[in-house]
Amino acid sequence: MPPFATSRCSNLLICMTSLQHTALLFILLLAGLTQIPQPPPGTLPSREAGLHAFDSILTVLRHPRCINCHPSGDRPMQGMEQRQHYFNVQRGPDGHGVAAMKCGTCHQRSNNPYSGVPGAPHWHLAPRSMGWVGLSDHELGAQLLDPERNGGITVAELEEHMLHDSLVLWGWAPGVDRNGNQRELPPLDLPEWRAAVKTWIGSGTPIPSPK
Amino acid sequence: MANFKLNVNGTSHDVEAASDTPILWVLRDHLQLVGTKYGCGIGQCGACTIPLDGQAVRSCSLPVSAATGRKITTIEGLSEDGSHPVQQAWLQHDVPQCGYCQAGQIMTASALLQKNANPSDSEIETAMNGNLCRCGTYTRIRSAVKTAAEKMG
Repeated sequence: MPPFATSRCSNLLICMTSLQHTALLFILLLAGLTQIPQPPPGTLPSREAGLHAFDSILTVLRHPRCINCHPSGDRPMQGMEQRQHYFNVQRGPDGHGVAAMKCGTCHQRSNNPYSGVPGAPHWHLAPRSMGWVGLSDHELGAQLLDPERNGGITVAELEEHMLHDSLVLWGWAPGVDRNGNQRELPPLDLPEWRAAVKTWIGSGTPIPSPK
Repeated sequence: MANFKLNVNGTSHDVEAASDTPILWVLRDHLQLVGTKYGCGIGQCGACTIPLDGQAVRSCSLPVSAATGRKITTIEGLSEDGSHPVQQAWLQHDVPQCGYCQAGQIMTASALLQKNANPSDSEIETAMNGNLCRCGTYTRIRSAVKTAAEKMG
């Protein structure tokens, strides 16, 4: 048992070993790096803050919970290893699958904790033009903002989608797999995600320059 | 437990069940419609497939609460006397071997043909990919679906 867990040691920092100090320092440093800076009330976030927020957003978009249904081809992916979806599942004409093999054949409106089949309202693939696999930071940002590719939505509608769409929000409530194991969550928690999106949108949706 | 009103094969049923009970078990245990088979229980094999409002679904993963107010069809309701074109095509091609998966295969095929009256080989394979057959009757299934399409056309 670590020394600081005993009743004789009342001061946590004094009782920690040097290794534990280092670990704590690392955790605090990491927390500082991932924290989205918030502007003072009544002011807009800076471009620099917006770019920092977009970097954080990208870590979520590229997480399997999100990108698995944003393939650049016609087949969704599954799992943390991003394997091709079982049964050669295909996008179909509307992103909801093909006749007799629709997304809704298995995926219902909510997660199924018994079978491990995940579910959320309107479970489907993003349009082919919104495939993210293989895109650079700049390309992905440009795609999000391009009405020709993003389904014709405005920045306000993009914000609404990112903050409130039930299928997007499923990423933070992905349920358990068929073995009962909790699915991994995206790297930002939901409040951090919302703060990052608001900062990015509020700063004018800056994206990194092409390299 | 709650009461659910279900429309199964054109007949209305009131069943008392927990809201998360898979519709598969309501069909089999409450309504004694045992033609729908339990295979894997996790939506991986397709043996339990039933059309819900014409759309093939895995009944092992569909809670009864999601099926109320919708039209459920089971293999018993596809036809009264086995005369549905898909059933006739299955007989013509002598499709089943052990037969366990075949109710699910037939229900998926019938759902496919409702949406696509003349599917290509590729469309048949894509649609039927989620229905596994350990006896490997896939080529006969594909032939039977094409025959059924001709019969229905």
